[in-house]
Amino acid sequence: MPPDGGPARSGAGSGRSGAGSAHPGRSAPAGAMPADAEAVAEQVFVALADPSRRALLAALAAGGPATATDLAARLPITRQAIAKHMALLTETGLVTAEPGERRRVRYRLRSAPMRVAQQFLAALARDWDGPLDALKNHLDRPPTI
Amino acid sequence: MGFPDRIERTTDIAHPPARVWTALTTAEGLASWFGNEAGIDLRPGGTAWMKWTDGPTADMRVERVEEPTVFGFTWHINGLPDEDPRRTYVEFTLEPTDTGTRLTVVESGFAQLPDDAYEKAYGGNVDGWASELGELVAHLDAA
Repeated sequence: MPPDGGPARSGAGSGRSGAGSAHPGRSAPAGAMPADAEAVAEQVFVALADPSRRALLAALAAGGPATATDLAARLPITRQAIAKHMALLTETGLVTAEPGERRRVRYRLRSAPMRVAQQFLAALARDWDGPLDALKNHLDRPPTI
Repeated sequence: MGFPDRIERTTDIAHPPARVWTALTTAEGLASWFGNEAGIDLRPGGTAWMKWTDGPTADMRVERVEEPTVFGFTWHINGLPDEDPRRTYVEFTLEPTDTGTRLTVVESGFAQLPDDAYEKAYGGNVDGWASELGELVAHLDAA
C-alpha cells in the first residue's frame, strides 16, 4: 500500500465488488461484513502499518486530544511529518481535527474505525480447535467419580 | 481482504450424543474441558458463565436447547471492550453417527456492523467524562 495519503478505499486494488467474489461457488453468508466495513478495516491496518502513525495514535489514545505541536514535543517525529500523517489519519476517519487553543488544530482519536478492525482480529483470534481437542480428550478419559 | 463473519468446525467424536450433550450443557461438563469453572441455567434465556484460572471470564446467554441435538448461546465478542454490546452466536449441532457423534460448532456474527447508536452512546460517554472533569475543576476552583 503506497503511503500516498489517498483514501485506502480507492487503492484497495482487489477490485472486488461483492462479498462472494473471493470464494467462487460460495455465496456470502447473511450478515457478512459489507465492502464499506472492509474498507474501514483496511484503512485502519494501513494506518497501523506505519510506526510513526502507530506512535501518534498511541499518544492520542493515552493522552487525549493534542495539537501537532504537543505531539512533536512528545515524540521523535517532526512537526511537518506529524502534519502529513495527521492529514492521512483525518482523511480516513481515524482522527478528527477540531479547533484548539490559539487557533491551533487539535486532533482527537476516533475509535469507531478501530472497533471495526477489532472485530476482524477477534474472528482471527477465536480458537475453536483447542477447545474441541480438549472436549475430545475429556470424553476419552474414563469418568472419575 | 476477506472478513470472516462465521467460523465453522466439524469433528467426529467416538462417544454417543448423550455424553457429548452432557459435556456441552452442564456446569460440570463445561468446567472439565472449556472453562475451569462454569455455571449454567439450561433454558432459552438462561445465563451461563465460565471462568478461567488465568483470569478471563465469559458470560453467556443460552438461546437454543434442543436435547440432544442443538445447543446455542450468545456471548461477548472476545477482544472488544467489555462495554461493547455486540455478541456472537455459538451453536453446537450433534448428529449421531455409526461411530458416535458428529459435532459441528458454528460461531457467527463477527462481522456485525458497528452500532451507530452505540457510537453515539460511547461518544456521549467520552464527552460526559470531559464535562464531569470540568465540573470537578470548577467545584475545586470555587472552594
